[in-house]
Parts: sequence; C-alpha cells; structure tokens
Amino acid sequence: MKTGDVIQFSAGALSGYPTRTFLMILAMAIGVASVILLTALGEGARRYVTNEFTSLGTYLLIVLPGRSETTGGPPPLLGQTPRDLTLEDALSLTRHSAIRRVAPITVGSAPVSWKHRDREVTVLGSTEALFEIRHLSMAQGKFIPAGDPTRGPAVCVIGYKLKRELFGNQSPLGQWVRIGERRFRVIGELAKKGQSLGLDMGDVVVVPVASAQTLFNTSSLFRILVQANGRDAVPRAKETILTAIRERHEGEDDVTVITQDALLSTFDRILKTMTLSVAGIAAISLSVAGILIMNVMLIAVSQRTSEVGLLKAIGAPNIQIIRLFLAESAILSLIGAGFGVILAFLGTWGLVRVFPRFPFTVPIWALCAAVFVALVTGLVFGVMPARRAAKLDPVQALSRR
Amino acid sequence: MIHLAGIERTFLVGDEAVNALSNVNFTVRQGEYVAIMGPSGSGKSTLLNIIGLLDRPDKGIYTLENLNTTELTDDQRASMRRNKIGFVFQFFHLVPRLTAAENVELPMILADVDSATRKFRVQEALSSLGLSDRTKHRPDQLSGGQRQRVAIARATIMQPDVILADEPTGNLDRTSGIEVIRILEDLNHKGMTLIMVTHDPDLSKRAARRVQLADGNIATDTGGF
Repeated sequence: MKTGDVIQFSAGALSGYPTRTFLMILAMAIGVASVILLTALGEGARRYVTNEFTSLGTYLLIVLPGRSETTGGPPPLLGQTPRDLTLEDALSLTRHSAIRRVAPITVGSAPVSWKHRDREVTVLGSTEALFEIRHLSMAQGKFIPAGDPTRGPAVCVIGYKLKRELFGNQSPLGQWVRIGERRFRVIGELAKKGQSLGLDMGDVVVVPVASAQTLFNTSSLFRILVQANGRDAVPRAKETILTAIRERHEGEDDVTVITQDALLSTFDRILKTMTLSVAGIAAISLSVAGILIMNVMLIAVSQRTSEVGLLKAIGAPNIQIIRLFLAESAILSLIGAGFGVILAFLGTWGLVRVFPRFPFTVPIWALCAAVFVALVTGLVFGVMPARRAAKLDPVQALSRR
Repeated sequence: MIHLAGIERTFLVGDEAVNALSNVNFTVRQGEYVAIMGPSGSGKSTLLNIIGLLDRPDKGIYTLENLNTTELTDDQRASMRRNKIGFVFQFFHLVPRLTAAENVELPMILADVDSATRKFRVQEALSSLGLSDRTKHRPDQLSGGQRQRVAIARATIMQPDVILADEPTGNLDRTSGIEVIRILEDLNHKGMTLIMVTHDPDLSKRAARRVQLADGNIATDTGGF
C-alpha cells in the first residue's frame, strides 16, 4: 500500500467520525498550546530580567561597603561595616588600566521645592561618569559637568517626572530649586528611561557627589559603580578593586564586589530551569492527550472490527493494519499540534497586548519540541490499539455484522 | 488446485473441545462449481474459512495451487488472499464510509496498483455489473442486491482463481438472490472456481457438484474422487 493511499484511507476513516476526531484534536491542541505558551512565559521572564540587567550598564561592577562571605550567610547589614567607602576610595580606582569609568554614589532623600511646589524625592550624588555607566540620556540641558569630584558646584539634574511635577510645561533650565537646606541651579533634565532595578530614574534629582555629601552631612558612599574596560577586563577589574581597597583599608577585605555578569548568569540559569520545569508540567497535559488518543483509538478498533476483518480477508497483512491505525493517530496528533501552535500564537498575541512591556516570545526550540512530542505521543499511544486491531482473528471479526 | 488432506479443526467452547472438522479430505479442480451444504454447526463455514486462508487447520495439509499453505507465514497467506481468493459474504461487509467505487478499489490499493489503472478497472467492473450509475453511492444508499453486486465486484477485481461465497443470497430477496447467483455463475463460466456455502436446496441444485457436510465430515459428495 502506497503512503499516499495510507494517508487518504486513514484521513477518510477519521472524517467518518467527526465528533470524536474533533475532541481528540482539541485535546492535543490544548496540550501543545499549553507547552508553547508556558515556555513563552518563562522565556519572556528570562528576557525581561536580562534586559533589566543590560539597562543597568555594560561591564558593570558594583562595590558595596561590607564583606559578604561568598560561601553564604546573610548579606551585610548596615552598621556591620567596619569602614565606610569614601570618595577617596572611589577616586583611587580611576587610575587602573582595567577600569574605564568610576561613579561614586551617595543616596539620600530630601524635599525638593521650587516656588510653592514641594516634593520628597531620592537625591543621587554622583559624577559625570554615571551618565555613561547607566546609559542615561538627556531630554534637555547638560548632565553634571566633569571636574574635581571633591568640589561640589550647586547644580542639579532632575528626572522627567520631577520636572513635570515641579515645573509643568515651563523650562526648568537655569531655575534655582531648594534641596534640603541648600539651593541648586537646574542644568538639565533626564530623558524618560524607565525603571532600572527598582530605582525610577524619572523621580530623582542628581547632584555632584560632594554636594550630596555636604547635604546629608556624611563622608561615606552608598556604593561605587565601576565600568570595566570591556568584558574580558571584568575579572581583572574586580581583582584591582579588591587589592586597591584592601591597601587603602589597612589590609582588610571589607568591601563586596558584585559583577553584573555573575548576577545575570545566575538569574539566567534560574529562569531557564524555571522555563524547563514549567514546560515539563505542561508536557503532562500532552501525555494526557496521548492517553485520550489511545482510548479513542481502542474504541475505534472495536467499532471497526468487521472493517479490520474485511481488510484481512482481502489480503491486508498485519503490518498494513498497524500502519493504517498508526497513521490515524499520527494525523490526529499532527492536526492537533497544528491547531495547538495556532492557539499558542493567538495566546501570545493576547498576552503581548495585555502586557506590552513584557517580552513574550515563542522560542523556536519549544515550538519544534512541542510538535515533535505530540507526534511521538500519538504514535506511542497509537501502537497498542493498532496492534490490537492487527491481532484480531478475521473469522471472528467477520462473523459480526 | 485445492487439495485438503486430513484436515482437522477444533474449537474450545468453554472447557469443551468441539470438532468443527475432523479428517476432511477434499479436492477441487480449477473451474469447478461446488455447493457446500449442511445444517448449521456442521462445519461448512469453517471449511470455507480454511480454504480462504482466514483460518488455519489444527492438523492436515492444505495445498492451494501446489503450495502447501500450512507452511506459509501470515504475510504470505495475506498475499495469497489478495491475489488468488475472492470472498463474498452474507452480510456484504462493505466499508460504510466508502462509496461503491472506493469499496471495489480497496483490494487494488492494498496490492499497490497505480491510481489510473485502479479507476479504470473499477469503472469497468461496476458497469459490467450494471452499477455504473451507483459508483458514488455509499452502501447505505444501495439496495441489498446492489450491495452484494458491489461486493462481488470487489471480490473479483484482482482476478482471483477462486471465489468463496458464504451464503451470498442469505440476506437478499428471491429476485436479487437469483440475480447475484447468475453473476457468480457467469464468473464461473469464465473459468473462476466457485465454492458456495448455502442451505438453500434450490440454489445448491444449480451447482455441478454438491458436498453435504455433517458433524465436521463430508457425508456425500456428488463429484468426489
């Protein structure tokens, strides 16, 4: 029997029982769609986190005061630090070849007011290096000018949200705002960038680091952001930072250096595992569909006993009977998988409309795997009914009407 | 051409072994017209199934065209059924979802005949049986006589040497029964061996040779050797 004839015969047999065929295709479609959709969700989460990290800046190292054991234990809490990070620590790092940029950061919260409007916002003390390291861009004006970081001119750069709330549609450039007890001249407005790891860059005011230290009456830094000289330089930069700070802190390892790559690869691994396990759970629904196919094919065999008997009487060998029934299961799974793929794409499309910021994508490997698993399921669960059909005794099968 | 020697067939009914056939010796030559008769349970259907290679004897040797069929594998037996034997059943056994033409085409699909030849031969066979206007009808749209004629077209489409008919008129009225028998006899005149199981004495009288079975044995045989 030719392959085309097998397919035609089996497809004909399936269309002879439309309700049953429809239900089986539906079961298979739901199984395939859930595998693809859940994988898309997991993959979307992974890409979302990766994007967030990338927007933090490239080849980034974060220096935190306090020592955290790499073998575990609780993260360093405030007050445990024996020695604060200082502006001098940060400046000492700029002279090394592995390091391209260094941005010291002081963070505090202070009321910002202009005329009668008053807002409590996050005040970020830093240098001009922050602009490049965090990939900021300006809506208007200039960022904090380069210069001696130990001196703090009274200038500030405000986030777009703050600008809107304080100034409305007026230009903020050249205006004097009051931050805490001091007055600063606005020299620029940050462009809209969105959130980056929890800190909304629209709702901040950036001032020179020395000004911030004076403002909050502190000499310590919240952290130091370091940009390495390329991806390969990241480990070298980390070593350099640790050595330099140790020298300055009288031989004590009292800082922690987090590299962005390490964080990123950890999250990447976690989210990949999560995606796979979610896809695995969804695959259970595929096997349920497979059992359904087996069940329904068994019914089909017993309903079509006399047809099988006839096929044997007119000379179909056992292997041919098996092939005919397997072809039916395969056609069912493939059509089901096809509808499942369509369903999954509709679902993804819907999710993208509801959550436009979340990067849902259907990974090609998940698509291929789901269709392949559907076909294998159909064939594996089709074997038993097909063998049962082939084993039928033709005399018995034909003795029924 | 058909030669059975010492054929035995036993069925287990519950714990009891029932001898459907015991020590049957039977020879049919090419082109014969044989009617097999007997009360129900006498083993006539079993005999026909063994001749048609649907059933295997427990003992004895069955030779079909000088080939000892008892030594053949299932696939070889299937191939012989495909090419040498045509079955006509009391309940027609047409595939209900297929049209008349598709039912007749089925044996040729199994035998890998190419599509164009298939279509041509189906049309030829159906029109020679007066069914050329019924090719697209499904079995439930055909009368009993028409269904049996479709079944005969299917049984003969591969040009078999033997036609085995199990009560071919058992489900038909008198007129269409006679019509079906005439068609079968016609095929017999053209050289096909016709073996027919029946318990209608009028029908059996038309056969050149009559075999009477009783309790799994041949009681009388008008053309025996």
